[in-house]
Amino acid sequence: MEASTGLNTMTAKDLTRIVLDKEPLFILDVRNESDFIDWKIEGASIDILNIPYFDLLDGVDEAMEKIPAGHKLLVVCAKEGSSKFIAEQMVEAGRTNVYYLEGGMKSWSEHLEPVKIGDLKDGGSLYQFVRFGKGCLSYMVISNGEAAVIDTLRMTDVFVRFAAEQGVQIRHALDTHLHADHISGGRKLAEETGARYWLPPKDADEVTFSYEKLEEGRDIAVGNTLIRIQPIYSPGHTIGSTSLIIDDHYLMTGDLLFIESIGRPDLAGKAGDWVGDLRETLYKRYRGLSQELIVLPAHFGKVAELGEGGRVMAKLSDLYRSNPGLRIQDEDTFRRTVTENLPPQPNAYQEIRLTNMGKLTPNEDEQRDMEIGPNRCAVHDR
Amino acid sequence: MRKADIVVDTKGMACPMPIVKAKKALDGLASGQVMEVLSTDKGSVNDFQAWVKQTKNELLEHAEENGVYKFYVKKV
Repeated sequence: MEASTGLNTMTAKDLTRIVLDKEPLFILDVRNESDFIDWKIEGASIDILNIPYFDLLDGVDEAMEKIPAGHKLLVVCAKEGSSKFIAEQMVEAGRTNVYYLEGGMKSWSEHLEPVKIGDLKDGGSLYQFVRFGKGCLSYMVISNGEAAVIDTLRMTDVFVRFAAEQGVQIRHALDTHLHADHISGGRKLAEETGARYWLPPKDADEVTFSYEKLEEGRDIAVGNTLIRIQPIYSPGHTIGSTSLIIDDHYLMTGDLLFIESIGRPDLAGKAGDWVGDLRETLYKRYRGLSQELIVLPAHFGKVAELGEGGRVMAKLSDLYRSNPGLRIQDEDTFRRTVTENLPPQPNAYQEIRLTNMGKLTPNEDEQRDMEIGPNRCAVHDR
Repeated sequence: MRKADIVVDTKGMACPMPIVKAKKALDGLASGQVMEVLSTDKGSVNDFQAWVKQTKNELLEHAEENGVYKFYVKKV
């Protein structure tokens, strides 16, 4: 991706690097206005402008005027075609340092970046997989030749490849709850690798497949050292939502607790019923755990939640000081916060839930379309 | 079935071609004439509606039949 006078290609991986390094970038997003407002590329060092490609068919003058010369310019659309079309015209009009995003927003939505969270006590390690475009997080616990993947995303090849690079066998695939914003890759990964697929039974009433019950008291060992995965029943986002304590040091909170927000209780249609569970989990259950635990959520809502190198993590005691969702003393105010004026639901969330139950079997293209847009699992997402 | 003065078949084409072709055809029409556009690109459905609105022409009707999207646009 060297700058030159011709047209350059930028991959989702290149773009991830730019966002992480806070390298200045100007983005011209040529999708239609409503798609742009719904969901776009974000980053501390990114300037972004939306002009739909169909407004530039008579010439790119408007874009040339509005975008200061001398910037690295990335043109983006849904798939790639229109961005390439416009970027070519910008180059013809004399602009240099012009790129288009390979695969468009679809590939941005699907790109996963592995980052190391830390070492485990007995020599293992823990990785977080950051899906920048959609705000989803998966994890891989590695110890002694074995691995467990938590909240596996649909792009299972990424996990299979990573495990092979690390020389480990994937033995377990766990979902902290039945997801509503993205299609779980857990079952597929288990089928591909011979791993066991774990799901909280209370979220699995209607599933069409067999699974291992992820319940309190059933600790899961990874490798032959004592890397423990300890399930903690923590309802509220869904009735089955289960948190995991890893190696007595990390707390995987699924969609209950994020860095700057908390999970919404309405995606399975039961906000009113689950608000009490949500409060109990966040204000009592988690309070009773070691406050030194490092929280690792299943999502982030904005890029400000990304820490060093893109890691999304925080100490539990720090969150009790800084997270607005943990600081609502009045129960009535809490109830209103998590049930009223919620952000729009994630795209196709009903169909996604049915797919994760095994009741719908969309093809690859349909799955991609269902997952378009941000995750919107937190009460404060906008 | 509506009667169109010109039919633009963009079946099998991906973004941005359906709208590029449609624009070219619409530019050649006189005010009041109707264009029918056929497309198989699901992604261009939203774009098409936004484009017609933006150019202040009139979207008379749009429908989907067996994966083919049909748009009837009246040039204003």
